Amino acid sequence: MGSTATVNIDFFVILSSLLFVIGAFGVMIRRNMIVLLMCIELMLNAVNLLFVSFSTYYGNADAQIFVFFIIVVAAAEATVGLSILILAYRHLRSIDVSIFNKLKG
Amino acid sequence: MIATIITQLLGALAVAAAMMVVLSKHPVRSVLYLVVTFFFISGLYIMMNAQFLAIVNIIVYAGAIMVLFLFVLMLLNLNKDAEPKTPTIIWIISTVAGGILFLVLIAALKDIVLVSQKDDFAPISNIGLVENLGNTLFTKFVVPFEISSILFISAMVGAILLAKRDKPTID
Repeated sequence: MGSTATVNIDFFVILSSLLFVIGAFGVMIRRNMIVLLMCIELMLNAVNLLFVSFSTYYGNADAQIFVFFIIVVAAAEATVGLSILILAYRHLRSIDVSIFNKLKG
Repeated sequence: MIATIITQLLGALAVAAAMMVVLSKHPVRSVLYLVVTFFFISGLYIMMNAQFLAIVNIIVYAGAIMVLFLFVLMLLNLNKDAEPKTPTIIWIISTVAGGILFLVLIAALKDIVLVSQKDDFAPISNIGLVENLGNTLFTKFVVPFEISSILFISAMVGAILLAKRDKPTID
């Protein structure tokens, strides 16, 4: 793809802010723990999009490497989060986060 | 001109799919809409000449992480009434809080954009290719790259240790 989009940087700022806010909104309204983890992934992707757009804007490759590391950390976070979820489901037979308000064993 | 239209269309579709992730009742549908969102975001990466990240995004996010979510969802085998209901007051508060967060983000980021030099994208076309990114990754960022392998192995061991069924807790 040699052609380059002549889109203003404001478009990407607004777009990634909107995606981030949608992710945060999902974290606030949903009670299902799996959907909560997915909304966190959505927020991470919004940040990645902003990183890539500014990397392209300034012609600097460092931000794209940073996105690469964010993907790595997101993979590790999803793995550990889902295993904690399975553990919680095994104890409580539910993945409703409003049940997880007691730190008793 | 056509690239501009495609970029804006991809952005609008990504936002629509993200809204469907949040609003759809069934968790499996949420996962599938999230995969669709990641595909649109990968399309945006391609429009910004970040081909390597577009492919990595599809392989790692849409391919690996989302399949992991789907597997967990299938393994838990939730029935219909397992989906918790959200009270209306939470909906109202969340909508107001989300709108305020969006306004604050836009207001904060608007001034940062205005001080930069250029108005439009002038991408250096080989910035996102594998050769360029590999050179940067294995020279300037080689120590974080090696540390991320330690992070991965600790996450792997932790996941296995957490999800392993203990003998006494079998009921």
